[in-house]
Amino acid sequence: MTSFHESEMIALKDVRFSYADRPILNGIDLTVKRGEIIAIMGGSGGGKTTLLGLIAGRLKPQSGSVLVNGLEVPNLRQSELYGLRRKIGMLFQFGALFTDLNVFDNVAFPYREQTNLPEEMIRTLVLLKLEAVGLRGAKDLMPAELSGGMARRVALARAVALDPAVMLYDEPFTGLDPISVGIIGRLIKRLNRALGMTSVIVTHDLNETLRLADRVVVLSQGKIHRDMAPEEIRSTDDPFIRQFADGLPDGPVPFHYPGRDYWSELMGQ
Amino acid sequence: MGLAARFAGSLLVSLRIALGRLSLIFREVYFSGVRSLSIVAVSGLFVGMVLAVQGYEVLQRYGSAESLGVIVALSLVRELGPVVTALLFAGRASSAVTAEIGLMRATEQLAAMDMMAVDPMSRVVAPRFLAAIFSMPFLAAIFSTAGVIGAWIIGVKLIGIDDGAFWSQMQANVDVRIDVLNGLLKSIVFGTAVGLISVFEGYFAAPTAEGIATATTRTVVISSLSVLLLDLLLTVMMFRGLS
Repeated sequence: MTSFHESEMIALKDVRFSYADRPILNGIDLTVKRGEIIAIMGGSGGGKTTLLGLIAGRLKPQSGSVLVNGLEVPNLRQSELYGLRRKIGMLFQFGALFTDLNVFDNVAFPYREQTNLPEEMIRTLVLLKLEAVGLRGAKDLMPAELSGGMARRVALARAVALDPAVMLYDEPFTGLDPISVGIIGRLIKRLNRALGMTSVIVTHDLNETLRLADRVVVLSQGKIHRDMAPEEIRSTDDPFIRQFADGLPDGPVPFHYPGRDYWSELMGQ
Repeated sequence: MGLAARFAGSLLVSLRIALGRLSLIFREVYFSGVRSLSIVAVSGLFVGMVLAVQGYEVLQRYGSAESLGVIVALSLVRELGPVVTALLFAGRASSAVTAEIGLMRATEQLAAMDMMAVDPMSRVVAPRFLAAIFSMPFLAAIFSTAGVIGAWIIGVKLIGIDDGAFWSQMQANVDVRIDVLNGLLKSIVFGTAVGLISVFEGYFAAPTAEGIATATTRTVVISSLSVLLLDLLLTVMMFRGLS
């Protein structure tokens, strides 16, 4: 039985996960306290999104323990998992709005599916959520009519509709212009504080991470490379983090994909 | 096959929940069934007309041109109605269902639903599957009706076969249980097969443009072959020894 402290919302112990024979996570130990915002950073394909999938119960680890709010997620039955997910919100990389529903109906979806609230009350709640993300006026638009930033904000309103205890963000800033990045970042921070949530953000956006996160966890080669305060990123001389923070093309993460010797290949040897 | 069996199993489990939300099924019946009405009715009309031209050409050699109505009606009700409707449905509606579910998967809409504790099998897959089963018998009946009307236009109005003979022979020789009900049963079986194939292919489509294109093609090809194979099996079971 894995020990669990009341102050911890999420606790991963020695989690290992692989796709077929390709290891992704090799013994991850991570705890997230209630009310905390942590950012997960690392190179592409480093297992960041996999980590979110494990916390949400969408993936099962080959070994190790994943506790969310005291529940061992991999051992939950479907109905228990759905019970837990009613307390978890997730913002997907590109919003994942339902393309056949307009903005209002997208945000109303969790209320209609998960509650027995009268339609009049659902209307009020949806308008409140849309007002919080600044898109009450766009309630009748279809997802195809929204910009990337607007779609992400609607998806955020939908994800927090049921006031979850945990919010998972999968690269919420990807593909957005700086204004939209700033808006989403402020919304994440504001909602986290207002709703008393615990947030896990998978991101590559260093500036926004420094503004938002209480802690930064850097993944490399399936392990936690560093778990540190955001301001340390600027000062550390760790070569991997320097390469990541300064956007250097070569370093611990090589520019070239492993292959044969260049000269030998050119010469056809 | 194991994957398909597991998928069919979980689909069966989710049917109970889906049946409790008829509005979702009606919505899909509208998209799959009602919006296939025009292609099915027009196709039925033309098939009936062609059957009448071909049938009359053969029947008049033996002096039985008045049997045109019954020949066309039996061909349509027993065979062409259910089979051609299922083939049209596979091309018109099932391929769209596969593409829709495949795209919902590729754009993480199904994952988002799952994360909101809403089972995509009950909310998305089962209503589309049930809509295929419910739509098919009605569409087959409309196809056959349009075909008979087409045959009547050619046979009676253009060729000049006796109107009374056309309808009375049909009335006397088309049996409700043997012909009409068996035809409807066929269309329900075809609806089940085509519906299952379309949702399965969509659900497991690779989340790429090529993956969805491949899945829709597979839906049409596998559905068409399944319908023809099932038709052979059902025809042997239903009509063997009747003569």
